[in-house]
Parts: sequence; C-alpha cells; structure tokens
Amino acid sequence: MSLAKLFLGKRAEKLPGDNFDKEPVERSGLQHTLYVIRRDVLAMFSVGWIALMLIFAIFAPIISPYPEQGRGRNNADYRLLAPSSDNWMGTDELGRDVLSRLIYGARPAMVASLIVVSAAMLIGTPLGAIAGYYGGWIDEVIMRITDLFLAFPSLLLAMAIVSLAGPGLLNAVMALVVSWWPWYTRLVRSTTRSLRSQYFVEAARSIGVRDSVIITRHILPNTITPIIVQATIDIGTVILATTSLAFLGLGTQAPNADWGLMIEQGRQYLRDAWWYSMFPGIAIFLTVLAFNLLGDTLRDIFDPRQYR
Amino acid sequence: MQKLEYTLRRLFLSLLVLLGMTVVTFALTRIVPSNPASLYLGTRARPEQLEAAREELGLNDPIPQQYMRYLGDLLRGDLGNSLATRQPITKEILSRLPATAELLLAALLIAILAGIPLGVFSAQLHGKPADIFVRAFSIIGVSLPQFWLGLLLQLFFGLWLDWLPIASRIDSTLRFTSPIQNITGLFLVDSLITCNWIAFQDAFLHIILPAITLAAYPIGLIARMTRASMLEVMGQNYIRTAEAYGLRRRLIIYVYALKNAIIPTLTVIGLTFAYSLTGAFYVEIIFNWPGLGLFTARSFLNLDFPAIMGITLFGATGYIIINLVIDLLQAYIDPRVSLS
Repeated sequence: MSLAKLFLGKRAEKLPGDNFDKEPVERSGLQHTLYVIRRDVLAMFSVGWIALMLIFAIFAPIISPYPEQGRGRNNADYRLLAPSSDNWMGTDELGRDVLSRLIYGARPAMVASLIVVSAAMLIGTPLGAIAGYYGGWIDEVIMRITDLFLAFPSLLLAMAIVSLAGPGLLNAVMALVVSWWPWYTRLVRSTTRSLRSQYFVEAARSIGVRDSVIITRHILPNTITPIIVQATIDIGTVILATTSLAFLGLGTQAPNADWGLMIEQGRQYLRDAWWYSMFPGIAIFLTVLAFNLLGDTLRDIFDPRQYR
Repeated sequence: MQKLEYTLRRLFLSLLVLLGMTVVTFALTRIVPSNPASLYLGTRARPEQLEAAREELGLNDPIPQQYMRYLGDLLRGDLGNSLATRQPITKEILSRLPATAELLLAALLIAILAGIPLGVFSAQLHGKPADIFVRAFSIIGVSLPQFWLGLLLQLFFGLWLDWLPIASRIDSTLRFTSPIQNITGLFLVDSLITCNWIAFQDAFLHIILPAITLAAYPIGLIARMTRASMLEVMGQNYIRTAEAYGLRRRLIIYVYALKNAIIPTLTVIGLTFAYSLTGAFYVEIIFNWPGLGLFTARSFLNLDFPAIMGITLFGATGYIIINLVIDLLQAYIDPRVSLS
C-alpha cells in the first residue's frame, strides 16, 4: 500500500469485511488490531520505534557503546567531538558519548511516561465510572473537582507542584499524575453515562446484580477502548511534558541522562556542537510522533466512523 | 434576554472555578512543601529564625484564617513579594506581561492565518497530495518539542544562514538611536503608531522565529479541526443549493461554508491558548525573550515559591478568561449553541 494512501485515513477500507470476492475472515479483536497495524506502514513504524525505545530503556547497559559515560562518567579528553565512527553522535561538553547518553535517556522518558499514564488511568477511571454510574450529587462533587484541575493549564500546574516539592524525576512524575488524572475521569464518565441507559445494564440491574459488579463487569470493559486510544496518545504528550520539565531543570537531574536535559545542556554549545542538542531532540520528536500515529491508527480501528 | 442570562451564569461559574483555584494553590503551598518557612528562608536557617518566619508568614494561625488572609490579599491584587527581587509579584508580572502578550498574539495570529487556510485548502483537495501534506504537517506540529524546534530554527536561520536574530526583542543599540515610546508595551504596535520604522523593522525581525516556534503546535491543531469541519459542512444541502444556484465557488467556500465550519475551530483556538501559555515559557527561555517565561524560569532556579504560585494563579486566570470569552463568542455567533 502506498504511503500516500495511508495518510488519507482510508485504512479501514482494506478491512476483511469489505472484501466481497473472498470469504470473510473471522478475527478476534486483538487479532484484528494486529492485522490492521501490520498492513499500515506508519503504524508499523510507530510500533517498531516504540519497541526500539523500550529495548533501549531496558537493555541500556548492554546496547550503549560506552555504558559508564551513559550513566554520567566524565571523559574530559574528548570534549565536544563531532560525530565519527567512534562516537556516532559526537560527544558532549564532558566528553561523554552522545549516543550512549541518548540510549540511557530512553529510561526516564519511557518509564516515567508509562508510570504517569498508568497512575492517571488508575485514579481517573474508577472516579469517572462512579460519577457516571451514580449521577446525582456524587457526580456533581467528582466532576466539579475534576473541572477545577482541568482549569489549570496542566503543564503549569505540574511545574508549580514540582517547584514546591523540589526538583527531581520522582516529583515530576507525581506532579504530572496530579494534573493528568482528570482527563480520564472525564472520558470514562461520559462513556459510562451513555452505557448506563443501555438494556444490558438495565437488565443486570433488574435481576439484582450489585452495583460494584455492574461497574466492574459490564461498564468498565466497554470503556476500555477509548481509554487505550487516549492513553496511547497521552504517553507521547507525557514524554513531551517530562522532557520539558527536565529542560527547565525540574525533572531528571545531572549527571543522569535525559533527552530534555541534554537539549538544555547542549543549548550553550549550539554554535560549535550542533549534534549535542539535535539528536536528543530527534529522539523526543520521533517517539512522540510514534505514539501519536499509533493512537490515530488505534482510533481508526476502534471507531471507524471517526475518520480524520 | 436569554443571552444575557447565559452570560451572567457563565460569568458566575467562572468566578466559582476561580475561587476553587485559589483553594488549590493555597493548599499546594501548605501541603506540598514539608516546611514552608524553610522554603522562605533557605535550608541553612536556624530554628529560631524559622520560628520567626512562621510567625511573620502567619503559618501559626488556624488554616481557615490563613486562607481568608490569602484571599483578601489576592482580591487587592497582592500576590506577595518575590523572594529573589523583594518586589511585589504583581508588579513583576505586569511589567513583563506586554512582552509575553506580544509573542502570544503574534503566534496566535500566525496560527490562525496559516491554520485556517491550510485546513480549508486541505478539505478542498480532499485525497490529493496537498491534503496529505497538511495532515502530515499537523501531526508533526503536535509532536515537536517546542524547546527543540526553537533551537533548530536558531541553528538554521540564525547561525547557519544568518538571516534572522535569535535572541531578545530588539537590538540593544536601538534603545539609544531610535527608542520606542512606551504606549501599549507591545513593541510592534508602539513603533507602528509612532511611525518609528527602524524600530518596527527590527522588532519584526526579532519576533519571527519565536512566534513561528510557538505557532507550530496550534497551526497543526487549527488546520486539522478546520479541515474536519469544512469536510462536514461542504457535504450539507445548503452548500449544494448554493452550488446549484451557480454561486462562485470562492464565495461558497469562504463565506457560506467557512462561517459554519469556523465554530469548532474557535474552541480549538481557546484550547491551544493554554498550551501556548506554557509553550511561551520555553520559547522565551530559548530566545531570551524578556517576558513572563524568563521570569518564571528564574523563579524556578531560585525556588522563589511566592512568585511561582503567583504566576500559576495568573496563568490559570488568563486561561479561564480566554475560555469564558470563547464560550460567549460561540453563543453569540452560533444560534445553534444551546444556552441552557
């Protein structure tokens, strides 16, 4: 399939159901998802790149050419060397290999964003389900608190919290969780509200199934797809947020490697050593792009009506 | 009448949210730091100094009383004093506001002037290569870290090509040769109305790169939203009727269709404002733009927490006001918006 066609959002055209001259193939939800992703060049790129970054994060000590430098050991004789066969991405102001730093930098980016998004999901989802299911004053209270948090520009709130709690990756992660959970509450609440009035929920209620069981067994499983789509895109956004905080000096602290921090440190050497800031920037850009593209593909799969 | 009622209700709700926000910021300054007084004095303060500071800051009073005092100060426009400069924070913020406002407005203008035509254009060429380009452009725009895009532009247009200046609002020598009279605080506007062409040209060249950096994200979102709603509107019956009447295509697209398609775009513009507000911080740091962002960055470095909380509250208030304006604007232009 041509690259051009993929951008047009016609991916679902190739779905098995539309193929009249062949027998329709039965696939489970997961199989279907994998099938569509496999046929989509951009989605495959996204999955591949994300996998590569995860491998970087997990196996950083094995993959990096100079693991000690990746962890922060100085190598002062080799300051600001241009990219070469020894240092594919050059060296930084302390003579450390930029590629090794980049590989180690995948750790805070991937781990922190996964933690932030999962924690936000774990806090936001039950609250949203409860608000949407019960309605009334419970809904009012939960949603007004949610509105309050959403009234702050989220990165600004996170910055304020980190600066009060003290700079550092852990505090940055906690601050981002505080400003991120309300999005999931809002999302799950609106889905729950539309599900609540449907027959299968009413049927469950009429035969006396407990509320907690209705929520966990009947409602939550049906809210999972919008959550997954949202979470995929959010991971990208959170990577932008954690690296931005590191750039401001509020996230990962030196000598640990972090893409945002590397850009900030390399900024002073922009004129003489462009590679120092450029490569971490490309890493952030491609990773965020991969999550955005994957999120878009997943949205097309789960909700084919919503073509963009 | 109904519109007036709606306006008043939205105004009241916004005030409530604002009040709630003061509770959040107040709680943050009391809960998050383990010891607010040591934040005020630094880590090397002696216990008796800490006790004096607690007394001075009123930290020994009951919490509700502390909150009421905080609220009273806010109502008088008093955000406290900066720890770093010992100046009132309100003054610090207001003196830097025009620089940030100029940058934000320029970016928003670029985003609207580029984003809406791009979206319309892309919807017209639905399925053609130009459409693909716009879609790709918009997803790339939202994936780029702004602080890195700024560096990229600096490196390319400033250092390599040497076309554009990469730092500050205006060349420092111009302060003596052709100074800008301070009227609005926006250099471009001030130099324009005083016919100070040299300064205008210089300020214009200085704002190009930071404004483009800041606009990259909103351009993508606005183009995307405009494209989606244009496609929807163009499929409607009244457009077909206009076509059947033989009206010029340009008239149909830019007057009849765009008028309806623009409404969802308005909401997106409001949303991107929040992002641009924090985005402006990074752009200012990179381009050494003497606005709120540089002040904020310095406050972070100095752990100047009254300043940080002041800026947070100030930014959030701005965000609420923008959202309120967008909501009201929508209600006034679009009769379909439900006012209940």
